[in-house]
Amino acid sequence: MLSVRNLVVSGGKGSAQIDIVSDVSFEIERGKVLGLVGESGSGKSITSLAVMGLLPHPQLWVRGGSIELDGADITEEPPYLRVERGHGGVAMIFQEPMTSLNPVLPIGEQIVEAVRVHDGSTGVTARNRAQELLDMVRIPDARLQLNAYPHELSGGMRQRVMIAIALACRPQALIADEPTTALDVTVQLQVLSLIRELCDTFDMGVLFITHDLGVVSELADSVAVMYGGKIVETGPVERLFNTPLHPYTAGLMGCVPDPSAGHRRFQTIPGQAPKPGEITHGCRFAPRCSHAQAICSDDAPTRVTEGARHFAECHFPISRGA
Amino acid sequence: MLIYILRRTGAALATLAAASVVIFIFIHLIPGDPIYVMLGDEATPEQVEALRTRLGLDRSLPVQYFYWVGNVLQGDLGTSIFFQEPVTRIILDGAETSLLLATVTMVWIVLLGVPVGVLAATRHGTWIDQGLSGVAMLLASIPTFWVGLYLILIFAATLGWLPSSGYPSVFEEGGISNLRYLLLPSLTLAAPNAALILRLTRASMLDVAKEDYVRTARSKGIRPRRVVTRHILRNALLAVVSAFGFTFAALISEAVVTETVFALPGIGRMVVQSILRRDYPVIQGVILVIVCLYLVINLLVDISYRFLDPRVELE
Repeated sequence: MLSVRNLVVSGGKGSAQIDIVSDVSFEIERGKVLGLVGESGSGKSITSLAVMGLLPHPQLWVRGGSIELDGADITEEPPYLRVERGHGGVAMIFQEPMTSLNPVLPIGEQIVEAVRVHDGSTGVTARNRAQELLDMVRIPDARLQLNAYPHELSGGMRQRVMIAIALACRPQALIADEPTTALDVTVQLQVLSLIRELCDTFDMGVLFITHDLGVVSELADSVAVMYGGKIVETGPVERLFNTPLHPYTAGLMGCVPDPSAGHRRFQTIPGQAPKPGEITHGCRFAPRCSHAQAICSDDAPTRVTEGARHFAECHFPISRGA
Repeated sequence: MLIYILRRTGAALATLAAASVVIFIFIHLIPGDPIYVMLGDEATPEQVEALRTRLGLDRSLPVQYFYWVGNVLQGDLGTSIFFQEPVTRIILDGAETSLLLATVTMVWIVLLGVPVGVLAATRHGTWIDQGLSGVAMLLASIPTFWVGLYLILIFAATLGWLPSSGYPSVFEEGGISNLRYLLLPSLTLAAPNAALILRLTRASMLDVAKEDYVRTARSKGIRPRRVVTRHILRNALLAVVSAFGFTFAALISEAVVTETVFALPGIGRMVVQSILRRDYPVIQGVILVIVCLYLVINLLVDISYRFLDPRVELE
């Protein structure tokens, strides 16, 4: 439904121009959740902003590739143009519920604003729809809360309001950029199950961005692992977790403490994620990879396949070599 | 809300009381003696003593202060030593000019500063923005009297479009068209302040444009113009409105210069002349009125802030 093909996002001017996201491809299907996993600075958020058509021009722009929604090219098309041209909706919820709502407007107005644009309704009809949306995201006393200001709500409630705004856009695809990172653990679970439920109810495709592998294994149907602006491995969630191909994926999973295994120490991946443009040759993970050999830093790795829909870009994929 | 206003008013009254003490002490610290200003150097000691006693200037400062405050509370600001007229009447005479000048100036500041600031911000980084910001910087840096003199030179002396000085009351002959006398003075007075408001509006808009909620607004699919007016400008105005209080303070000091340059019969020029004459009651009275105005304006700014920003608590 939503397909991203060979997306390249660049930044900087002239000779300082660098690719922040290079050659990223993925598909989001109706009613399915794709988890996009990676460290900070791996290009996850930039990818999501590119899909939304919200890249901060002129600092960042799409240099290549395409984003299509149900066959329509929506690359570099800001949301208001998508509405005008009748291209289907992609909606987004953001990482920081505390700062993502306008502090001087009641939440009802902020939802109604989206309802007006996407339903064409006004007045009482739009307001009733806003109330319905608040009910849908399980905010108690929806009618009353329409008049509440963001600062009167908790972080979890604000994130629910954000979801209500996203739903008001009647999206075919929903992008959730670390929507639970800033929330308490108990609230996190509620918000996650709400997202999953809405995804099933409305048959929406969800791109769920996170660095939390635990969340991905609970929520996602498939996973894409990003490193240094590239997707290094992608596949259905169970297979990717059970038989990771890329050493980076395996390393990430090694970083999650496993209480049953009785590890005394956390495992880490040595070194730091590369800055954009730092590595241009070979495999971007090579300098930190324990499996790396000479070829890794010279030649870009080719795609390896392990069954249907499970790919990785690595010269020495683990599960096969092992 | 009412409690909030009452509390703020209480605080304003306390400030006013403190200000009255400061005004009184500092004015009496000015070197020079009004008696000699009035009688000249050749006055005999007897004449001096008699006048001093008649004006009550022979009493101790605290006594004079309480005497003055007592009268002020009854609405009597005293009698001008120079004009031998009630200070309230002198202030009322200058009030029309000064209040109209201030109002017209504020209109210029709001009409020029805010929209042009928005324009500069929405054209951020283009030559329009750089040009406007450059002009604003220039206007904010040039002294008021210089702007005034050049406006007179161009529009009054050379082109002859506008009068260069004076101001006949709108209640006299000429009526409302007498406001043209205030055009050049108000532009002079508005120039540096509108420039500051312009720069503040621009900077504030650019700051707010980076906020997450502006991104949220864009993601909803609303039009860019609406994102600017409803989400960016609305929040950027919070900083601008609170600056209006300071702008008013700046207006007062610059009005003194402007009224002098354009020979306007306003309160500002009256203060300058009264200081030269050591006319204590007039200086005290005028400054007290200005302090009152300043407190009222700031009270209004605080209250309007409460309506603009729901996060400001009532308490």
